[in-house]
Amino acid sequence: MPAATRYLGKPLKRKEDPRLIQGLAHYVDDLVLPGMHHVAILRSPYAHAQIRSVDVSKAQAAPGVVLVLTGADVRGSIGSIPCAAQIPDMKAAPRPVLAHERVRFVGEGVAVVVATDRYAARDALDLIEVEYEPLTPVVDPEKAIEKGSTVLHEGHKDNVAYHWELEGGDLKAAFKKADKVIKQRMVNQRLIPTAMETRGVVADYKPGERQLTVWSSTQIPHLLRTQVAAMLDVPEHSVRVITPEVGGGFGSKLNIYAEEALAGYLAIRLGKPVKWIETRRENFQGTIHGRDQIDTVEVAFKNDGTILGLRIHVIADLGAYYQLLTPLIPTLTGLMASGCYKIPAIRTEITGVLTNKMSTDAYRGAGRPEATYLVERTVDLVAAELKKDPAEVRRKNFPKLSDFPYATPTGVIYDSANYPGSLDLALKLSGYKKLRQEQAKARKQGRCVGIGLSTYVEICAMGPSSAMPAGGWESATVRIEPSGMVNILTGASPHGQGQETSFAQLGAEILGLEPGDVNVIHGDTAIVPYGIGTFGSRATAVGGTAAYKALMKLRDKLAVLAGFLMGENPGKLVFSDMNIFSKTNPKKSIPFGEVVAAAYTAKRLPPNMEPGLDATTFFEPSNFTFPFGAHVCVVEIDQETGDVKLLKYVAVDDCGNVLNPLLVEGQTHGGIVQAFGQAMLEEAVYDEQGQLITGELTDYAIPRAADLPWMETDRTVTPSPVNPLGVKGAGEAGTIGATPALANAVADALSPFGVRHVDMPFKREKIWKLMQGVRAPLGARQDRVRAPLGARQNNGGRRSK
Amino acid sequence: MSAEIQIRVNGKSYETQVEPRLLLVDYLREVLGFTGTHVGCETSICGACTVLLDGKAVKACTVLAVQASGSEVTTIEGLSATAPATANGNGLHPLQEGFWEKHGLQCGFCTPGMILASVELLRTNPSPSQTEIREGLSGNLCRCTGYQHIVQAVEYAAKKMKSRKR
Amino acid sequence: MIPAQFEYVAPKTLEDALRLVERHGDEAKILAGGHSLLPLMKLRLAQPRYVIDIGRLRGMNYIREENGRIAIGALTTHAEIESSDLLRAKCPLLAETAATIGDIQVRNRGTLGGSLAHADPAADYPAAVLALDVEIIAASTAGTRTVAVGDFFLDMLTTALRPGEILSQVRVAPLAAHTGTAYEKLHQPASGFAIVGVAARITLGKDGTIEDAAIGVTGLGPKAFRAAAVEKELRGKKASDKLFAEASRHAARGVDPLSDLHASADYRREMAAVYTRRALGRAFARAQGKA
Repeated sequence: MPAATRYLGKPLKRKEDPRLIQGLAHYVDDLVLPGMHHVAILRSPYAHAQIRSVDVSKAQAAPGVVLVLTGADVRGSIGSIPCAAQIPDMKAAPRPVLAHERVRFVGEGVAVVVATDRYAARDALDLIEVEYEPLTPVVDPEKAIEKGSTVLHEGHKDNVAYHWELEGGDLKAAFKKADKVIKQRMVNQRLIPTAMETRGVVADYKPGERQLTVWSSTQIPHLLRTQVAAMLDVPEHSVRVITPEVGGGFGSKLNIYAEEALAGYLAIRLGKPVKWIETRRENFQGTIHGRDQIDTVEVAFKNDGTILGLRIHVIADLGAYYQLLTPLIPTLTGLMASGCYKIPAIRTEITGVLTNKMSTDAYRGAGRPEATYLVERTVDLVAAELKKDPAEVRRKNFPKLSDFPYATPTGVIYDSANYPGSLDLALKLSGYKKLRQEQAKARKQGRCVGIGLSTYVEICAMGPSSAMPAGGWESATVRIEPSGMVNILTGASPHGQGQETSFAQLGAEILGLEPGDVNVIHGDTAIVPYGIGTFGSRATAVGGTAAYKALMKLRDKLAVLAGFLMGENPGKLVFSDMNIFSKTNPKKSIPFGEVVAAAYTAKRLPPNMEPGLDATTFFEPSNFTFPFGAHVCVVEIDQETGDVKLLKYVAVDDCGNVLNPLLVEGQTHGGIVQAFGQAMLEEAVYDEQGQLITGELTDYAIPRAADLPWMETDRTVTPSPVNPLGVKGAGEAGTIGATPALANAVADALSPFGVRHVDMPFKREKIWKLMQGVRAPLGARQDRVRAPLGARQNNGGRRSK
Repeated sequence: MSAEIQIRVNGKSYETQVEPRLLLVDYLREVLGFTGTHVGCETSICGACTVLLDGKAVKACTVLAVQASGSEVTTIEGLSATAPATANGNGLHPLQEGFWEKHGLQCGFCTPGMILASVELLRTNPSPSQTEIREGLSGNLCRCTGYQHIVQAVEYAAKKMKSRKR
Repeated sequence: MIPAQFEYVAPKTLEDALRLVERHGDEAKILAGGHSLLPLMKLRLAQPRYVIDIGRLRGMNYIREENGRIAIGALTTHAEIESSDLLRAKCPLLAETAATIGDIQVRNRGTLGGSLAHADPAADYPAAVLALDVEIIAASTAGTRTVAVGDFFLDMLTTALRPGEILSQVRVAPLAAHTGTAYEKLHQPASGFAIVGVAARITLGKDGTIEDAAIGVTGLGPKAFRAAAVEKELRGKKASDKLFAEASRHAARGVDPLSDLHASADYRREMAAVYTRRALGRAFARAQGKA
């Protein structure tokens, strides 16, 4: 990245926003095609049952109904849902787009209705008669792997999907050398991603052209095209996928779903455009869930706080079937089990388990929040055991700056870092020392206050193709049009991250133009070269680098042409202010537009130069990147109710160089608040019958504005050597770093009550229970009347720097 | 079963035969094509469907179109017309401008509802504190921003609207 | 989420509405603001054949003083109650309670009459109206009758309203001298409904003894109720934090608390005590002219 920049690294406001703030953007549900039909899906009310019969005759006869199909009707015509992840000796658990013999989770599709009107389609669902024979539901993953448990899939001997192990270093020696060993079980609960826009699909088939167009709210348009074509057994070039505006994904739209193939099938079969829009209940039941691990950690350490070894066992609840990456996600936990520490020996063992629930898959952070949570909780357990300050135990175990690139025993190479740097800044910004003094004072007054710390590293910018099921490169095409206007076509598929702006900044910077001259196009497989998509905090580090490389190719070509036209050395030209200047003689210049025009009119080109200005790159990263940071927070617990309030939050993150700090700040805020959701509020709860009882937003709480204090965020900058931009990725770091900070704060608050660990979410009753029957661990009991709930924890007047 | 409704939306009158069960949000989106109003949860929690009904913010997923007959509705598409053009003449309501300036949105799905709920907030409380803004937006969920930039966006608009009144 | 089909009638007068309600009986549901009924209909838990929209009736949306009492029309919205100067001055408990319901969009639509007639066990108003000893006016083609609020809530989603009746008005006495009120609520984090909501009203005598105390509790059991045992402990005694703490322990007496995803019966019982004490503390401070 150039040292002095005009647009790069500047907090430009977004080019995306005018359409979004005026209601002019088009999400998939906003699309209307002539003669469009509407699709509704009947879903299983049972977690586990045999389908005895499905009678659609009444539904088929209902007004407005065009077609009703069951799982048996489509089973030969549509392939099962693809899983790209392969783990050695993994049992197969493919999911049909509609169940035909057995249903294995509540919400699994059983029949589909197509009607001329959305309301009529919904009405017809009530007329389908399904006879189920209920089977024993398998809900608890630990019971699911016990001998004698009901088995979900025919041909399996049990519900274990796979065993996966990763070991590095001499674990036996580590535990032998240890002064102490602590063992702790931690549950990383199941979450519902809850993008504000549910999923939706519109499909249209033009028989004359043999073209199927699928508009889907997805993060991966090209992969979706390949997979839908395969599921429907049609040539890939006859399928076009378009992502209109996408209302949030967080990993939940990094998938191939039954409805995407079904809609395509129905459009072809009926010769009519069809639309399916997911209801929120369907979204909760049938769009992927996240996390859901039971982790048992054993840590070996010395009395000075040095951590010698970790032994981790993960029970990963995969749900009933595999979605695109289901089996892979827990393995990322094993990969990142070293955290930001130099731990000589680590062993992770994962048991993937099949249960009668929706599949788990990538949800913001995907495997790394789980790793960070268990490592960061473990470090705090060590600190608590040794009665040492958690900041000091962390510092003790950081790798040295000279260790980078640092190879962990789990086989990962951390690109670059300055862990003490971010920790120091976070401690300083939060006034950590003073916070500890205030905490001691508060405790004497009988207040239950906790301070939480987390230092994290995560793996992102996914990633080298060797480690990615479908390849990990990204594509970009840059076209400079004859008028001098620039189009960047990216294979990334942003849905809120703001790359229409940041890539325009990049283009403007490199070509010496205004960001308004650079347009970013994405999410249309007929226009954009094949790409991998947006997930794993990869769009800027991988997609942005591809764009950078394509831009540089064209800049080089323009320089040669300009040099030729000006009689200058192409290596001595500067692109600035819509002109190309001579470095040696700034008075000598040629307008950018004139050089572009020359490339297209092609009347005066250097020998062997092709006309036109169009460049495509596929950038293959040599490694992942590893953002890191340090978070500090303060919570207070109402001892009478167990209510936990977040009083203060300070985050210092390092995602390398930054194209637009405003966008990074937005990602950080959002990530922290999603982590807050996991820590405090969110949990997908299935009852013993496998019913999802957090089935709507009336029962599944996600954070509201009033739940949160002012967050103070800052950054350190440690460029990544993995890509020429030096960027790392910012999409998931907040979620990864914040959950353990919050958990550590709550555990710290509860430590006077003899509590060593408490599982998330920190719901009031759970916390309250832990404090019952413990005799006055704190000073005089607080007696002041608290402000009413919700009115309290915002530090109204406090501003950011 | 149908009923005739008369309704003004964004300054224009419409007369339509509708099924009585038609939800106001579906009427606005599917009959009139005002698709800036979004459906997020269907249970009057998330606020993505917020519109102004006779000037007051309501959740259009929990109002029947027939209930709104005789009323005036403002959706995000009509919002800028309700406020005199801002100083720089960009045709945006100060709240729309605030959300843009302060990066108060990412995916944008909650944004129209969030902006219209903020209109209600500033109508009843023109100079809210940060706490009051957070409380006032308790009927609107955003999964992207973490709300902090939204709070700043509303503060921006409040300041701008006050200075204009002077 | 789409309601099943129904026939819609929008009577212009209360008389017409009452005739329709009488004629259609069980097959009809009364629609006011719609924030209790429409969610049930969208889930198809309610599939009435007729929906009688009383939202358009004139003259049922008011807050006014009548013969020394405050009369509130059934169609008055939560937002109107929350912001009413008259109520804030003379019956602040109702305004305070209304302000805790849902969010502003919900309060702009939901009505007092609709909420009371629906009798959701987690609704906020029932605690307040019980503590205020309001009178509920039920209209029918035969005329009107007055129901004391103590006789109004019968069970979960069940009130003393008879077939053919429409709740038309709520009457409440203005705040007496040396009286303080408060509503304290533990909200369900997702929906905002009350896990426990306690409305307290305390009247102090000249010597600081508690002359009268009324405590309404919602969220705890299948229906809102008066915490008579707490009231008994308080009456005639000198107010103190200690007394409030001791008396509050009886908040759940005689009630079998609900248990659900968000709170167990035990927790609800304990929180009833905590929130009763908090409500009493604030009501007392207000009765003394503080806060």
